[in-house]
Amino acid sequence: MSLNTSVDAGAAALAAPVIDRTRAKRKAARRRRGLVLLFMSPWIVGFSVFFGYPIVYSAYLSFTHYDLLSAPRWIGTANYRYLFHDDPLVWPAVRNSLWIIAIGVPCQVVAAFGIAAMVARARAGVGLFRTIFYLPALAPPVVATLAFVYLLNPATGPVNLALSHLGINGPLWFQSPQWSKPSLVLLSMWQVGNTMIIFLAAILDVPKPLYESAQLDGDGAFQRLRWVTLPTISPVILFSVVIGVIYGLQYFTQAYVAANVASGQASQAGDQTVNNYGYPEGSTLFYPVLLYQQGFRYFNMGYASALSILLLGVAFVVTLLIILNSRRWVHYAGAERG
Amino acid sequence: MSTASVPTTATFARRKPPAHVRRKRFLVGLANYSLVIVAAALFIAPFVFIFLTSLMTNDQALSPHLWPHPFRWQNFVDVFHKSPLWRWTLNSLIYMSLATLGLLLSSIPVAYALSRLRWRGRDAVFIVVLIALMLPPQVSVVPLYVMWAKAHLVGTLWPLIIPNCFGDAFSIFLLRQFFMTIPEEYLDAARVDGCGEFRILTTVVCRLAKPGIAAVALFSILYTFNDFFLPLLYTIDSPSHWTVPIGLAQFRSLHQVQWNLTMAATLLVMAPVVLLFFAAQRVFVEGVTLTGVKG
Repeated sequence: MSLNTSVDAGAAALAAPVIDRTRAKRKAARRRRGLVLLFMSPWIVGFSVFFGYPIVYSAYLSFTHYDLLSAPRWIGTANYRYLFHDDPLVWPAVRNSLWIIAIGVPCQVVAAFGIAAMVARARAGVGLFRTIFYLPALAPPVVATLAFVYLLNPATGPVNLALSHLGINGPLWFQSPQWSKPSLVLLSMWQVGNTMIIFLAAILDVPKPLYESAQLDGDGAFQRLRWVTLPTISPVILFSVVIGVIYGLQYFTQAYVAANVASGQASQAGDQTVNNYGYPEGSTLFYPVLLYQQGFRYFNMGYASALSILLLGVAFVVTLLIILNSRRWVHYAGAERG
Repeated sequence: MSTASVPTTATFARRKPPAHVRRKRFLVGLANYSLVIVAAALFIAPFVFIFLTSLMTNDQALSPHLWPHPFRWQNFVDVFHKSPLWRWTLNSLIYMSLATLGLLLSSIPVAYALSRLRWRGRDAVFIVVLIALMLPPQVSVVPLYVMWAKAHLVGTLWPLIIPNCFGDAFSIFLLRQFFMTIPEEYLDAARVDGCGEFRILTTVVCRLAKPGIAAVALFSILYTFNDFFLPLLYTIDSPSHWTVPIGLAQFRSLHQVQWNLTMAATLLVMAPVVLLFFAAQRVFVEGVTLTGVKG
């Protein structure tokens, strides 16, 4: 039967090539759609299983009490009421996270820009300096944090020793609630290599005639930096601020490790049973740390879901603002190329 | 030395600027050099102190003396006795290799479909990829943990590896940027020769975008090697599955290991990353630059 139909189809094709062409076209279109679907399939599966479904399920869990052992129990908006009104740790955690974004990100960007501008001006050894300033960014975050807790040890660390030689009484760094966050910012400025490389490439890309005309106008080095370099690479700066904010929202590893190691250092015995999240005095309890603690140490899965939904809301607004505004700096890049 | 010679040769062809301008330029250049060198010294200093401490005895590491008195090279051997560093390294290597392989195999076709195939809704899907890229991993982590717990895979490395086999947003984004730079003519030529899209992808595109694929692989290797949050989440209660970062973070408290050994371990962990960097410096710098400039 099927053989027959295909012969018929062949005959029809000979008789009516026009109909056949549209059919072939449609078939090709179907094949192409199949191909797109095939190529996209890993992402479609991955996105729905590891992203879409979890977020929907998270929204459901946030209205339940769930400890992973018994089935989720519906408790209405109790989690959210506790989150916004009663939990004494939420607002400090939000404040800490905002602090690391509002203070940490500008510090990183300024450091990266300053270094990149200096390296770009150096006539010899650009490659060498670039490597030196990039190297710390290669240290895994855990390793870098461990090193910094040791270096900033209040009593025996080399930093405070050096300060005492200068007659300065060094702060307690990771042991002090006032200095723990600045210590983390210092750490992030040491690891600013990626941003620095992006800035350096952008600065070296600034068209030479712009500098020359500024020079003719009698501008000094600083004025050229302010009125030529800065505006020309502003899209790149904006981009790195955006990346900084996104990382700031998920800031976890350094805070967790620093609190863990510094508290172990303080108690000498290194007692693991002591609750050291946010050590000292909750000053490094950032929002993701709180979420981790609630969800995966206390197994308050329902409450942790409510925390994650709030984070999702904030992150989504930030992301949307970025994408809507991105047209501006995409346009810049296009204009540059053209 | 070269500071003085370069400007003179460069300005030789043109009219020489007046003496006071040259003097000012020289001084500004000198000031800039001193600043760069001081800053570079500050950036190097932590490495120096880590290195010195890794050679001290434990008592000395807790004393205010900065220069190791007896140089204790033995520390680098002791690290392996005092902690299962080999085991952690092996786990990290398993995570790194399987995740990177899965990530490349799954992300390359997706990036190709998002850059070189034309279909309705492509741009919308790309924006969804971008959103997924920007949202913190913590937003989906609770249900994922529940999922892996129900599959009895918490406490293994699989929850870290499997999601990478279904496309990674950052890699898709970066590969797409690389694929966009391939001239359409090459693909058309292959199409005229009767190549199917699949053959075009495996031969033409993958060969032309080799630096891009290398950069994505490199980033994935670094990311998995550095990753802390997910391994902590899934393996913290199962020490035989700890990766290097988890092991190191527990190093001091768990094994009562001293600072000198901790610093020796950090150097041992940093070494392969730094070697990898020097071996593939160009790929690194180009990749990092591309993420920024074309973002």
